[in-house]
This record gives sequence, C-alpha cells and structure tokens, in this order.
Amino acid sequence: MKRLLIALAALACIAAASDPSERLADPAQEARARALFKEVRCLICQNEAIDDSTADFAKDVRLVIREQIAAGRSDVQVKDFLTDRYGEYVLFRPSLSGANLALWTAPFLVLLIGGVLLMMRLRNRATPEALSPEEEAALARLTRTDDA
Amino acid sequence: MIAELGAFCLILAFVLSIAQIALSGAGANRPVLAGAGEGAAFGAMAMVGLAFAALIHAFVTSDFSVSNVAANSHTAKPLLYRVAGAWGNHEGSMVLWCLALTAFGSAIAAFGRDLPRDLKARTLAVQGALGVLFLGYTVFASNPLERIIAPPVEGASLNPLLQDPALAIHPPMLYLGYVGFSVVFSLAVAALIGGRIDAAWARWVRPWTLAAWSFLTVGITLGSFWAYYELGWGGWWFWDPVENASFMPWLMGAALLHSAVVTEKRGALPGWTLFLALAAFTFSMLGAFLVRSGVLTSVHAFAVDPTRGLLLLGILGLASGAGFALFAWRAPSLTPGGLFAPVSRESAIVVNNIVLTAAATAVLFGTLWPLICEALDLPTPSVGPPFFNLVFNPIMALGLLILPFGPMLAWKRGDALGAAQRLWIAALIAVGAGFLALMLVSPRKALASAGLALGFWLIAGAVVEITDRVRAFRVPMAETLRRLGGLPRGAWGSSLAHAGVGVFILGACFETSWKLELAEIMAPGRSVTLGGYELTLDKVGVVDGPNYLAERATLTVRKGGRTVCEALPERRFYPAGGQTTQEVAICYRGLDQVYVTLGERRALPNGDPGWLVRGYFNPWVQLIFIGPMLMALGGAISLSDRRLRLGVGRRSKEAAA
Repeated sequence: MKRLLIALAALACIAAASDPSERLADPAQEARARALFKEVRCLICQNEAIDDSTADFAKDVRLVIREQIAAGRSDVQVKDFLTDRYGEYVLFRPSLSGANLALWTAPFLVLLIGGVLLMMRLRNRATPEALSPEEEAALARLTRTDDA
Repeated sequence: MIAELGAFCLILAFVLSIAQIALSGAGANRPVLAGAGEGAAFGAMAMVGLAFAALIHAFVTSDFSVSNVAANSHTAKPLLYRVAGAWGNHEGSMVLWCLALTAFGSAIAAFGRDLPRDLKARTLAVQGALGVLFLGYTVFASNPLERIIAPPVEGASLNPLLQDPALAIHPPMLYLGYVGFSVVFSLAVAALIGGRIDAAWARWVRPWTLAAWSFLTVGITLGSFWAYYELGWGGWWFWDPVENASFMPWLMGAALLHSAVVTEKRGALPGWTLFLALAAFTFSMLGAFLVRSGVLTSVHAFAVDPTRGLLLLGILGLASGAGFALFAWRAPSLTPGGLFAPVSRESAIVVNNIVLTAAATAVLFGTLWPLICEALDLPTPSVGPPFFNLVFNPIMALGLLILPFGPMLAWKRGDALGAAQRLWIAALIAVGAGFLALMLVSPRKALASAGLALGFWLIAGAVVEITDRVRAFRVPMAETLRRLGGLPRGAWGSSLAHAGVGVFILGACFETSWKLELAEIMAPGRSVTLGGYELTLDKVGVVDGPNYLAERATLTVRKGGRTVCEALPERRFYPAGGQTTQEVAICYRGLDQVYVTLGERRALPNGDPGWLVRGYFNPWVQLIFIGPMLMALGGAISLSDRRLRLGVGRRSKEAAA
C-alpha cells in the first residue's frame, strides 16, 4: 500500500481539461475554452490536443487560455497569441492561406477532376444506343425462343 | 538454440522466396516449374511460421538473451500478453507481416486452381518478389531473434497500455488486411505483364479484396475500440497519422471492391480497377513506413528508427514504383470496355470511386502535409481533427447521400425516377427521424440531426433494396419468401455492409454531439448525477495484480433509484516500466454506455481524502463499433457467395463432365 501511494504521488499526475480545479466559473466561457482546447496541440505530447493531455505543458496552456478568455479576449485573439508564441504548429487547424491552400483544396480538386473525367467519358460515348434492324430481328428471335 | 533455428528459418524463407520468383516466373509456360514455384511458396510460409513460433517461444519462456524479448517482455506478465508481446514490437510485427505475406502466397497456390495457369504463376512470382523485399528487410535490418551478449535478469516489459485483449488480436487482423492487398497487387502486376485484363481477372480480384478489406475493417475497429476504453477519455478516432495509415488502404480497398464489380460484370474500367489494385497495397506499405519510421509523431508510433524508415521507404518505392511504371507503360493499350449511360449503376459506382478517392486524398494530404512543409522549408502547421471534419466529412457525406441509389439502378442504363420512387419511403423515414432528433434531443443541434437523418437514410435504403429485390408487398407472401431464399449472398452482403455504414454514422453523430461528461473530486459516500444516472462512490480499495498494483474504486450506478450496475475503475501502477494507467469501467446500457475512470487521490477542501472521478455518458456509442462489424460481416457473407467461392467453377465443370 505504502509503495503504491509513494509511486502514485511521485508521478504527480495532472488531470486533463475537465479538471474541477481548472474550470472557469462562467459556463459559456468554459464551453468556449473547451472548444479551443480541442484545436490546440500539446507540443510535448504525441499528437494530443491539450484538451485530452495530462502533461504539464497542456495544463499551463489551458490555464493561459482560460485566463485570456476570462479577460474577455476573442477566440481569434487567443489563437493569434498562441501562434505568435509557438508557431503555426500549435494549432490543429491549418490556416487557410499560403501553401496551406493546396492542402485544403486538393481533395476537392480530385472530386472536380473525377467529375470532369466522368462527364467526358459519358459524352464521348453518347452514341445512339438504338438497335440496328438486324439486331432488332435477332432480339425478336431470341425473345420468341424464351417464351416458348 | 531455438532462437537460432528461428533466425535460420527466416533466412530459409528469404531464399525460398527468391526461388519462388525464379521458378514461378519461368513457370508461366512450364507446368513443372510452376509447380515447384508453388512448393517454394508453401515452404516459405512454413519457414516464417517456424520462425514466428520460435519468437513466441522466446517470449513465453522469457528468454532475455534475445534482445527483443529483453526489451519488450517481463516474467510477471500474464501468458496472453507474453504471447501477444511477440508482435507488439517492431521486429516481431515485421515477422507477422512476413507470415501474412507468405501465407497469402500459399493461399494463391492452394486456392488458385481456377486461375489461368500463366496468370497464377506470374502472380506467385510477384508475390515472391514482395516476400524477398520484406523478408530481406527482416533478416538483414530487423532480426527479431538477435541475441545479446549480457542478458539482463529481468525484461523491460511491454507498455502496459498495450497489455489488452483487443490489442492482442488487433495487429493480426490489421496485418491480414494490409497484407491481403498484396495478393491484389500481385494479380494486377501479373495481369499487366501478361497483358490480359478481362472480366475473369476482375472476378479473381474481388474475393481477395473482400477478404483483405473485411480483415482491415475488423482490425481498425478493434484498434479504435481499444483507444476508446484504454486511453481513458472516451475518444475513438483521433485522425492520428497511424490511424490514417490504416484508413487510406481501407478507403482504396472499398473503392476497389466496387470498381472490380464493374470490371467483372460489364468489362468496363479495367484500367481504373488495376490502378486501385496497385494503390491499395501501396497505401498498406505507406502505412508500414509511417508507423515505423517515426517521421510523424503519433500516439501509436513504435520503434522509431530513421534508418529502418529509409529502408522501408526504399521497399515502398521499389515495389509500387515498379507496379505503377508497368501500369503507365501498359495502361494506354487497355480498351475502356463497356458503355454506360449517365444514369446507370456503372455511373453510380464511378461516383462512389471518385468520392472515396477524394476522401483518401484528404487523409493522405492531411497526414503528409506537415512532412511536405518541413521538406520545403515552409512554416509547418499541424493537421488535426478540425481539418478532417471540414474536408473529409462533407466529401464522404456527399457520397453516402447518393449511396442508396446505386443498388437501385440497373447496369448500363438505369431509371432515376424509378429508383427515386422506390426509395421515397427511405427518404421519408430519414427526414422524419432527423426532424424528430431536431425536436426532441436536447441541446438542439441541426448538423448532428442531419447526420442522424443520413444514417437512417442508409439503413432504410438498404432495407428497401432487399424488399425491392424480393418484391415484398407486391407479390404473395410465399413468393416473397421464395425470392428471399433465392437472393444471392452477395446481395445480402452488400446491403448489410451499406446498412453498417448507416449504423456507424448514427453512432458517430449521436455520441460526438450529445455525450455528457463530468469530473468531480469525490469522497466515499458522495454521489453525482450524469445524464439521468446517479453515480455513488462506495469505496476505494487496493488491488494486487499479477504485474501491477492498483487502486480500485467501487461505484454504484443508479437510474431512478434502481441500481443498474457496479463500476470498478482502476488506476494501475506497473513497477516494471514505472507507468501508471487507467482501467476504465464501462456500464453497458443498451446502445449507450456509462464510462467511468478513476483519477488521482486529492484532498477535499476539508482535508478528507478524495479521488478525482471522471464519468462520461456516451449515447449510442455501441453503434460506432457495431456498424463496422456489420460492414465486415457483409464482406464475409459476400465472400461466401457461391459465385465467388474459390474453386467452384472447376468443381461444377467436373460435375458437368
């Protein structure tokens, strides 16, 4: 028992975002903070948002964001503050500018190109599908045999 | 000694794979050599199997003179996890990969009796070449049975998060899926060499694709379920690079499944089907590279090693480079095949393929973008869930919206109005359900309600398809039943899989939008409420596990004063690795779950001992895992269809003779 408690204490784990000791009093502000946490990367973790992470870094950033929100700063202002400090890498949503435009548009370009190719193929082959007289005769013969 | 024999068997398998290339390659026109090539394929599988057994033996007996065992096992670990430890690390997982690769080679040799002789021999030769690449990598760069000179007394243990039943079977399933696409790849390359791509070829591609895709579906779902209950905050998909790595071949496999039908039934799109066949396994190899090279940070990345990453990248480049070069050379000579009208099942499947390809592009770009930026010296952004939610989700939603029309349209020239008339009831159900959700579920969320409507649309669409096929309510009951019995299993399979997508959408939308969470510091005897449930902390005790110590809380979960279940979340400490983990307690309540974790000990304001307890109410979360299982089951049922069952053609020919 003692061994366990020492071990647990030594780990000094800090809980993630919903920790009661961190929460803001105003529920609307708290909700905004939580939404922001989901978009901010915990830079020392393996691909986790600060909303999920129990690392010290995540806790500190959560604290800063909550303070700023409580001080009445907008989401954009908070994000700008974070990118100024840590670079674009800290946000999980790449900005819609510069080279990132290629990232945002590539999937839709594939959709577009695919659509155009399909249209072209359908148009190229829009040959009349009416049967020639010989084919009509053959078809009539075949259906007759079927009925029999 | 056994470890040395195992290592020797791996070398033998490598040599046998070289022999397989030579014999099968030369055997396209010489039956004797082709037979010898098949023998080499069986031999390679047997040898990798022995090596794998030797590795498991080393893990089970805790032979710490094998460096892999010393680094990843521990004597105190339960037997199941000692066995599973054999593939819970880089080197061991590569042996599992090779085992799957050689096993699929043997499967071609054993079940490919119907294949044209030359196509079969060439396929085996290509499969042998893949074997040489991966076995060569395993033997020369990642020997799983390497000894260390001074063996430690005790091993370093497997990450406790990985000591879990779901994770013990997750890798084998995933690898059967990943590597299953190697058969399709080999068939495609063999067909490109032989220059004959026809309906018969597509007929061969389908069952292998179905099998690989179904395994991959199960593997991904198990991994997701593991993340859900093991990581302790109820998330089930993180758009993590490693998850994406398994999702890309899944998307390509799904596209291939559909385009192969078109090629088989109508002889159309042979080039595109070939392309997808090459792409599916390319994405599998890309996944193997991403997970192991450490170029991307991820929750799951293991054995991060840049040199090995470079080698795997080389293998990827060599194999798929050769495949696509061959494709570029041969594809222009392919005839486009069957004609079809704008409204036809072919068109619907092409649209499905465009959507799946665009979705896979989103995943590919999202996963690799940080790498590309880094290489080009651009500011490196993170690409996470917000990107995928904004790009991937709408693209997929578009595809799913038109999905139910596909099976309703006839080949070659379909009747859009007729399909719409038959689907109106499904549309009515979907819109009604979405409207009800908007009115009744609080808080009110329009987008999530629309998502639910989409889920119901898919399920109802699948039901309408089956009732339409058996002409329910339009012909006498007996006739309907007769038709029901006569429905091909392929029809059942595809309807079930499509309904499974709908089931998944329902769960994903509902859980994501309306889950509830709480976190409270609780002293024994205190209660909190969570979405209509009352959670009471009865006590917190200490448990002595086989290789861990734990604090275990006992919580009673009540609804309306009645006890519905007892939750026993644990907080475990593994002394071997010095790690702490949370063991989640889950109360299954129909489709919902009450999910409880125990956090650290914390004093209450009055100084009494308390514990941080987190509770989540996850409505409809079961559907998230049931949906994909239905998809995989649909795949398995389709696979059992008489028309696809392997070897049937030959047997019926014999019976006729």
